[in-house]
Amino acid sequence: MIPASFAAAISDPLFAKGFGLAVLITILVKVVVAFAVLMVSVMLMIWFERKVISDMQNRIGPNRAGPFGLLQTLADGTKLFFKEDLLPERADRLVFRLAPYFSVVPAFLIFTVVPVGGVVTIAGHVVELQVADPPIGILVVLALSSLAVYGTMLAGWSSGSKYPLLGSVRASAQMISYEAVLGLTVVVVVLEAHGLSTRAIVDSQASAFWHWNVIRLGVIPFVLFFIASTAELNRPPFDLSEGESELGGGYHTEYSSIRFALFFLAEFMNTVTMSAVVVTLFFGGPDGPGFPVVRWLWPILWFAGKTVVFCYIQVWIRAALPRLRYDQLMDLGWKRLMPLALAWLLIVAGFVWSLAWGFAIIGGCIVGGLLLAQSMKVARLRRDELSLAGARGDGGDVAPALGSAEKVGG
Amino acid sequence: MLAVATLPDAITFAIAAVIAVVGALGVVLSRNPVHAALMLVMTLFGVAVLFVEENAQFLAAVQVIVYTGAIIVLFLFVIMLIGVDREERVFADGFNARRVLTFFLGLAMLAEVLLLGHQRWVTGAHSVTGTLHGAAANVSDLGHAIFTTYLLPFEVTSALLVVAVIGAVVLARRHAIGGETAERPALAAGEPGSGAGTDDASPLFEGAPSGSGVDQ
Repeated sequence: MIPASFAAAISDPLFAKGFGLAVLITILVKVVVAFAVLMVSVMLMIWFERKVISDMQNRIGPNRAGPFGLLQTLADGTKLFFKEDLLPERADRLVFRLAPYFSVVPAFLIFTVVPVGGVVTIAGHVVELQVADPPIGILVVLALSSLAVYGTMLAGWSSGSKYPLLGSVRASAQMISYEAVLGLTVVVVVLEAHGLSTRAIVDSQASAFWHWNVIRLGVIPFVLFFIASTAELNRPPFDLSEGESELGGGYHTEYSSIRFALFFLAEFMNTVTMSAVVVTLFFGGPDGPGFPVVRWLWPILWFAGKTVVFCYIQVWIRAALPRLRYDQLMDLGWKRLMPLALAWLLIVAGFVWSLAWGFAIIGGCIVGGLLLAQSMKVARLRRDELSLAGARGDGGDVAPALGSAEKVGG
Repeated sequence: MLAVATLPDAITFAIAAVIAVVGALGVVLSRNPVHAALMLVMTLFGVAVLFVEENAQFLAAVQVIVYTGAIIVLFLFVIMLIGVDREERVFADGFNARRVLTFFLGLAMLAEVLLLGHQRWVTGAHSVTGTLHGAAANVSDLGHAIFTTYLLPFEVTSALLVVAVIGAVVLARRHAIGGETAERPALAAGEPGSGAGTDDASPLFEGAPSGSGVDQ
């Protein structure tokens, strides 16, 4: 029944004995469990974020609905569900309705390739505790996160309103810029793991914490990936597409009711899934010391614990850092993170090949970086001179010249 | 490995093919450029599914990442920024020479595809690198091919891209280099000084759907 090409294509050992009823049931159970866990975790994540931020700002936060305000999200969701669903008169109706799903669906799907636990054997079938294990696992993450931009972008455009459009234009430029950094850091991880499958990446880090990629590859790729993924998700301090102080809510200004709730859901789900992806790529996923009792449980607990830590860090960053200005955002992405990511990729590739090559490439990167910095400095000086000369030549041009000098400085 | 057309294969192919063809028709037929771009996304997805079906999983993922995630986003970005007119009637002036020419050129194209598509001298050898050794070998096979047999075309292509990027930057910044005061077209959302909230937002706004809804 199962096509030969399909069987060969799936590295998942679940299909090793063919595709029968037991396999089908296993898959269905995995999907349903993952869906339920993700939904509940999003609910808890919203509560968690509000509570932690309240704590950092010396407030109490939600404390009415349920114990410790745990059911606050449920109450909010119910409220949003019963609110009137507004459709702006100038909106592009079809796209306006479609856009929230472009946000939510990728957020869900990314989680499917994340290994949440070890490998267990159920009724003779080897089951990996993750919904799917495609041989191109980590590329699926990249592909889906690059799809998420459509939700933001189309929402802003289809609203037929000025501020949402500005928000969506910002978001698309930002996401394209940071996607490149995201991809380059993933390549560093793949170099070491010798495989694109998320299970292979996790397995390559197993057994001890000094095998985790965060240590093995130097801390830089992890830092770059974390910054880039925060930017990719439009989370603070990179939430320029929302920018409630200047754009009145950004891309979802015109959304209300359940459609707004979907954007909200996607944002928090992305926080959880990206934390999970960070754990998978750099912190060994479900790796950690286990104990002889209930062996299958410990990896899951380790994975959950690490993910919660990163969710906390995301919230912490949101509470601590002010929003970047747009030019600072582009400057950080293209002029700092990108060269660093490229250089680190080259260095790691060199060390994978041989020690001598690694040190040679480090030297090359330093020399190249100095040359680049010097050339940029010269170019900047020349441009300043030009704009000053222009200012002196014609009094009317003073303002634009100063403007451009300011841009350069920023 | 021979791909045996089983029932699931056939069903997947049919669904993906319908998605791809409907999307392609939508690109051509929809009047709104943003809708056309979205239809193109749909087509690319259909084709990506076909790639997976053909066991070219790496190609499928890269197609989604590069085309859907970057190129179409850039299309949309430009459409939104410069505000292409929502509806543009190409053949507003009825039956004319251009229309006839288009028809015959299209016919010639169709004939070319149908007639020459089967010829080996057009498409090259049927199998260039031999069979795949399972899906996991996608990446290594591709890597070997690109960095050994096809190294020169690969490097030439990347050099071409770099030249294109530099050319675009030089063209866009010609005024600044010519000693004039920098009068670059300010990216409405990109420059803090002239950005969000000021009058510069108005040209942007033209791209957004206006009063006449789609369904009118």
